Amino acid sequence: MAIALTPGVPIAPGGEAPPERVKRKGKTAYFLLIPGMAWLVFFFVIPLGSLFLTSLERPLGSGPSAGYASALRWQNYTEALSKYDTEFLRSFWYAGLATILCLIISFPLAYFIAFRAGRWRNLLLVLIVAPFFCSFLIRTYAWKTILADDGFVTTVANSLHLLPDDRILATPLAVVFGLVYNFLPFMVLPLYASLERIDPRLIEAAADLYARPWIGLQRVTIPLAMPGIVAGTLLTFIPATGDFINSQLLGSPRTRMIGNVIQTQFARDALPTAAALSFSLMAVILVVVFTYIRRAGTEELL
Amino acid sequence: MAIAIEKATDARLPLHYRFTRYLRSHFIPAIGILGLIYLFLPIAVVFAFSFNDRLPNGRGSVSWVGFSTDAWTNICVDPNICRAVGTSLQIGVLATLAGTLLGTMIAFALVRHRFRGRQSTNLTIFLPMATPEVVMGSSLLALFLNTRIPLGIVTVLIAHIMFTISFVVVTVKARLAVLDPRLEQAAMDLYADERQTFRYITLPLVAPGIAAAALLAFSLSFDDFIITYFNKGPSITTFPVYVWASAARGVPPQVNVIGSLMFFGALAVVLLAQLAGKVKRR
Repeated sequence: MAIALTPGVPIAPGGEAPPERVKRKGKTAYFLLIPGMAWLVFFFVIPLGSLFLTSLERPLGSGPSAGYASALRWQNYTEALSKYDTEFLRSFWYAGLATILCLIISFPLAYFIAFRAGRWRNLLLVLIVAPFFCSFLIRTYAWKTILADDGFVTTVANSLHLLPDDRILATPLAVVFGLVYNFLPFMVLPLYASLERIDPRLIEAAADLYARPWIGLQRVTIPLAMPGIVAGTLLTFIPATGDFINSQLLGSPRTRMIGNVIQTQFARDALPTAAALSFSLMAVILVVVFTYIRRAGTEELL
Repeated sequence: MAIAIEKATDARLPLHYRFTRYLRSHFIPAIGILGLIYLFLPIAVVFAFSFNDRLPNGRGSVSWVGFSTDAWTNICVDPNICRAVGTSLQIGVLATLAGTLLGTMIAFALVRHRFRGRQSTNLTIFLPMATPEVVMGSSLLALFLNTRIPLGIVTVLIAHIMFTISFVVVTVKARLAVLDPRLEQAAMDLYADERQTFRYITLPLVAPGIAAAALLAFSLSFDDFIITYFNKGPSITTFPVYVWASAARGVPPQVNVIGSLMFFGALAVVLLAQLAGKVKRR
């Protein structure tokens, strides 16, 4: 996902690419790789294995305080998933919705910065990222104030009879809203990075060949921005599925997501259930990510 | 030229055509401005509520109580807030140093060297970014519980270094990839040895990428809640953990003060860096 963070060289038709670098062979590579990779193996790969083992443990007595012993208890998965299937599906539903809304908001925003902002471009990029220097939790908490039942937004929406529940806070709307807000830059930045590389002459050429703006967007801009769209949707969707802060602060027990369940199960020492849910989440996300990348044809993202 | 022709023919165009053109030229900027308002609304609230008074019972409130500069003059009235900020800074700095070093080394290896197992290396770097934080947090917790490693500042540091590495690799790699190899070849042609080339050519050219990666790593670490929450144990409190814990009984306005300070501080750093870059280019 290199494109996520650095705008690169523009794709100029017939432009000269820097010559291919000669890659060196030797032991230096391993010297450079081993410390960092060892860290990732020990504290990312092995923990996943550990999580998997925990997810198959069997209880020693009744209740979580009795402890667990290693076993191959596959029922943990069926039990956990049948008990929390609502939360599981809800997470994907909320995250999917939030990702689509993020894309709808971010595309014009990124387009504006890439093609129309001129010399304000860098300042605008800073402004997009700036709110995120203020802590994630504090910002979400601020939304609680903005969307409060007696607040301005809710009062206005209510007077227009827009809200089925007469409130925003503690409804799915508030949770999705929070997710959209919190993950917006993860969508805007990769989109911007790939839009910025597009040679505007290509879009003009489409217009010269009598493509209506909409068709030009569909046939030229969007296909060229595809790597950014894929990176952005993944960077938004993945953290949104596992998030439990928005649901906790802005939602209600009826908007509980799988992250909330995993967290409370761990807190209650119901380790195998929590581990089974966590591992299932990881598995589903990986399947979604790899099918998506394959279908979008942007495998170079890896 | 194109604009002049458009203007001249504009009046003769049918009304609906002129309307769609107006919409087209103003739609995107309008969305851009709305988007910015949306992004900054909570920041405005955070700043405004840093001047909020406490409730009579001394608790913080989500709604407006009254104007007071008390929170700004007594930031550390609850020593736990400042201790939490201190812990977060400490973890942030250490995790940034280690994560940036390890990640930069990997990025150099990936761009500059041939080695076996490139595919699996790439996958191992990509996966942490494709893993929800709950899964990373809970799997590390499972490891620490299974190996009976006591939870505390060390386990939090281990976790933070782990999740910053991938982001550092990606950022530095992107910078390295657009670096023109001819510059280094030129240095070598002028009899610079490998170490001199690295010290005087490569490093200065990659430095902005490394700096960006370090900034990213620090903000990821400082702001992390989910992974920290799983692996912190009862003994330590980072700033996000403090906010989370205080949310149940009303966030004190001091939290908003720190939020505002972080926001303005970071903004100042970024703007100064941009300005410095501009001056240098001249």
